[in-house]
Amino acid sequence: MPTVNLTVNGKAVSANVEARTLLVNLLREQLGLTGTHVGCDTSQCGACVVHVDGKSVKACTLLAVQANGSKVTTIEGLASGDKLHPMQEAFREHHGLQCGFCTPGMVMSAVCLAQNHPNLTEKDVREGLEGNLCRCTGYHNIVQAVLAGAQAMRR
Amino acid sequence: MYATFDLDRPGDLAAALAILRTKGAVALAGGTNLIVDMRAGRERPQRVVSLDKLGVLRGIRQARGQVTIGGRTTVTDLLLSPVIAKTAPALVESARQFAGQMVRNTATVAGNIACGSPAADLVPPLFALDARLTLVSARGRRTVPIESFFIGYKKDIRRPGELISRISWKAPSSRSCALFYKLARRKGDAITVVGVAVALDVERGRCRRARVALGAVAPTVFRAREAEAILEGQTLTPELIESAAEAAAAAARPIDDIRASAAYRRHGVHALVRRLIGQAWEKLA
Ligand SMILES: Cc1cc2nc3c(=O)[nH]c(=O)nc-3n(C[C@H](O)[C@H](O)[C@H](O)COP(=O)(O)OP(=O)(O)OC[C@H]3O[C@@H](n4cnc5c(N)ncnc54)[C@H](O)[C@@H]3O)c2cc1C
Ligand code: FES
Ligand code: FES
Repeated sequence: MPTVNLTVNGKAVSANVEARTLLVNLLREQLGLTGTHVGCDTSQCGACVVHVDGKSVKACTLLAVQANGSKVTTIEGLASGDKLHPMQEAFREHHGLQCGFCTPGMVMSAVCLAQNHPNLTEKDVREGLEGNLCRCTGYHNIVQAVLAGAQAMRR
Repeated sequence: MYATFDLDRPGDLAAALAILRTKGAVALAGGTNLIVDMRAGRERPQRVVSLDKLGVLRGIRQARGQVTIGGRTTVTDLLLSPVIAKTAPALVESARQFAGQMVRNTATVAGNIACGSPAADLVPPLFALDARLTLVSARGRRTVPIESFFIGYKKDIRRPGELISRISWKAPSSRSCALFYKLARRKGDAITVVGVAVALDVERGRCRRARVALGAVAPTVFRAREAEAILEGQTLTPELIESAAEAAAAAARPIDDIRASAAYRRHGVHALVRRLIGQAWEKLA
């Protein structure tokens, strides 16, 4: 069995995985980080988004072995202690979630988007979240939350 | 869980090519087609060769008027590159319309070509650039025009174990214009219903070179050569542009599927070729 060594939310971890183990399986089943969700088996929904070396990726579409040596950030890695990340806080403030299933992926995509666009517009947000599906909110409040969260991140 | 396989992650190209010679081995780039197909059981490779450590296959260079990109260059890499912005504006447009940011971060150009889908969005702009593909295997390398790479629906000329290592094209002249349009059921993350790339070169008021490449309306992406011939050598008029659009629509061999009818696709080709050629000509004239 291959061994992978990676940094997850700032901590060095080492795990034995099968070749077919997806990064999302490693995170959820072996490391117990169940904040990263699985909403589909076709790489379409975006519930599984994490950051690998600072880029948002779908953790259901990457082999765990391919993340060997990388820095991975999951939704659990955003808050500092009890203090929510500004993007998480903005989702709460603006009712950017209902059932919450899509939320970890939405927040991770949104953080990456905000980091890449210094002046995020509503159009950027709607385009940037094209790979994240939500069955509850109708997106309006998510877009408001991301705009507010991005602004808060700049402060 | 889906079927198991042996996995290699070679650190140099020669090692990768040696493993790819073995029966049942397939290359893995971004995985945005292959992993999805493996999870669904449509693909059951015995051996998977991940290309992610092969830095030599990734990157964008321009030298002596020639642009060369590595096969493992990602769609996001295209969007961040000033060289691509300058030499391949239609490719930029198709990269912008491609999937969502997460898929763009991992999906590669060679993976898009090799998946063989007639709806692969990066392919029509590469046809319009007369791009050439470098194919390498343990036995050697060869370079082929992208147009001769595809021979049928999801069929191409690759020999067993052959990789697309590079894609290259001549930087277009300053008197040229290239455009791409993706017609789909919605804007984000949708499979193309009609993809059109056009390129015009103008010299002394005449169209010197015309390219009209169509996606998702035939078993492979293809060039509507009849349409190109109507335009080349001419000073374009609305009538000429209309007959080129008609010729392109006539050359399409679309199918009915869940996304659109064949008739709608043909109509789309007509409307989009007319629109894009008109826009390109207007920019240059
Ligand atoms: C949600 C979603 C949205 C998508 N949206 C779009 C879209 O808008 N437009 C579009 O065109 N596609 C889209 N795709 C399809 C896919 O992302 C692209 O075709 C992508 O470019 C495939 O590249 P990859 O690196 O992920 O290939 P992989 O999945 O790694 O490989 C695909 C195939 O190519 C072969 N291959 C990979 N690299 C090489 C190489 N260097 N040489 C030879 N063969 C190679 C593999 O063996 C495999 O057969 C989408 C996919 C998903 C999941
Ligand atoms: S679980 Fe749906 S995209 Fe990854
Ligand atoms: S809040 Fe329920 S899926 Fe988005």
